Amino acid sequence: MSEIITKLVVDLSKDENDPLRVQSIPLTESELAERETMRIQAEAEQAAREAAEQAKADAKASGIAKLLALGLTEAEAQALVN
Amino acid sequence: MQLIQTVNVASAQANITFSSIPQTYNDLVIVLSSRTDRTVGAWSDFLIKLNTATTNFTNRGLYGTGSNTASWTASMGYLGMTSNANNTASTFGNATIYIPNYRVATAKSISTDSVSESNATAANQEIMATLWNVTDPITEIILYPDAGANWVQYSSASLYGITAGSSGGVTVS
Repeated sequence: MSEIITKLVVDLSKDENDPLRVQSIPLTESELAERETMRIQAEAEQAAREAAEQAKADAKASGIAKLLALGLTEAEAQALVN
Repeated sequence: MQLIQTVNVASAQANITFSSIPQTYNDLVIVLSSRTDRTVGAWSDFLIKLNTATTNFTNRGLYGTGSNTASWTASMGYLGMTSNANNTASTFGNATIYIPNYRVATAKSISTDSVSESNATAANQEIMATLWNVTDPITEIILYPDAGANWVQYSSASLYGITAGSSGGVTVS
C-alpha cells in the first residue's frame, strides 16, 4: 500500500472547540501532481544555489592562497576577503 | 498581537494550512518552529501559497551560511530556510513571517527572517522579502517545505493577528 500524504488544515471558520477545526487531510491527486512539479523545480533551484555557493567558496580559497603567496599574513588575507 | 491558532504537527505533514482566515485584523504574523524530512542538502527552504496560488510571487533573499553570504532571487513563494534531516538531531529551525495589510486591495508584501538550526559550521540565517502581486485579500495561507519534503513531528506554527491602534481621537497637524 502506498503511503498516504496528508496536510494539516486549520479551518478558522470553525469554533475553537470544534474537533474538526484542525484536521489531517490526504492530498488530492492535483495537489500531489503539483507537489511533484514543484519538487523538481525546487531541487533544480537549490542545486544551482549550492553550486554558486561552492564556486564562491572556491574562489575565496583561491584568492586567499594568492594573497598569502604575495606575502600577506593569514590574518591580513582573511581581513580582505571577509 | 492576538493569537488566532497554534497548530502542532503530530506526524509528517506535506503542509500546514490556515484556511478561512478572519478578515478582522490589519496584519498577520506567523511564528514557525520547523524541521523537514528532506535528506538532501544542508538545509530546507520553505514556501508559501496564498489562497492556493503559487504564481505571481517574486522574492529577494539575503542569507549567511556560517562561511559565506549570498543574495538570490526566485519566483516561487520562497520564504526562508529551516532545518532538515541532515541537521543536528532534534533541532528545529525558526522563522517569523510578517504579512502586513493582508486584506487591502494592493499587492501583498511578506517579510521573513529565518534560521536553520544545526550544531555545525553550516547553520544558515536568511531574511527574505516576498511580493505576491495580487490584490485579493488573503483568506488562506499554506506553508510547505520545498522539494516535496514533509514537516516532521513537533514542528509547529502559530498564526497571530495584529489590529491597528486607535488615535484616540487625537488630531495631529
